[in-house]
Amino acid sequence: MELLERFAAGDLDAFESLFRQYQGEVYRWVMRIVRDPSVAEDLTVEAFWRAHKAHAGFHPEANFAAWLRRIATNLALDHLRKRRPYVELPDDLAAERKADSVVQQQTRAVLRKAFAELPPRLRIVAQLGLVEDESYAEIAQALGISAGVARTRMFRAVRLLRKKLRRLGVHA
Amino acid sequence: MNKPMRDGMNDNMKDGLSADEFATMREELRDAMPPLDELGHGAELRRDLWPDMRRRLERPQVGVPWFDWALLAVSGAAAIFFPALIPALLYHL
Repeated sequence: MELLERFAAGDLDAFESLFRQYQGEVYRWVMRIVRDPSVAEDLTVEAFWRAHKAHAGFHPEANFAAWLRRIATNLALDHLRKRRPYVELPDDLAAERKADSVVQQQTRAVLRKAFAELPPRLRIVAQLGLVEDESYAEIAQALGISAGVARTRMFRAVRLLRKKLRRLGVHA
Repeated sequence: MNKPMRDGMNDNMKDGLSADEFATMREELRDAMPPLDELGHGAELRRDLWPDMRRRLERPQVGVPWFDWALLAVSGAAAIFFPALIPALLYHL
């Protein structure tokens, strides 16, 4: 019996094989969204836990990685919704890479703050598309929406971000 | 920039946001929040998560059985549609 068939039948060894095969990929994807290693680890485990619980509903012919990515994306989106509106990124991820002026550093901080205040469903699209350079097709598949909706959300995110930045006195 | 993002820029131009404005915002965002791939170690899993997964699998499940929810729903419906039953229900509790 194939690995995915055994997983769908509830075989724990098959689940462990899939976990070991895909844990890095799921973690990297979630990290792109939440940018916090400990949260990404927790959400990775939670995504696999949900996949395990839903094993009976999984069709072995389906794309396991895409299914898992969608579960993980929904969890990451829930996390963004529950988190405080603005949380500064961990030091190593938000670190200033160059020896910049104070003004430039402040501008970056304002931009990060404005970005963190975007509605989560817009922010996740802008984060994956603009920052991480994922394609609309990838984003749409992960969120379970059409590429057209992903494009619309991207546009709305950029427009809203520009408006927020203007209000905060940053030209963008 | 990958092709899908360029396509997105064209669409945004139709919606009143120019390609330059879109590209500027993208650059500024990437400057403020570097993509994880540029940070090297940042996006890589640093340890095996299987032990965490095992603990999660072994954790006892606390949940209300479906029958209890059904009973609660029936009681609630009865209380709404037959309020005269409430004293009798309270008497039997």
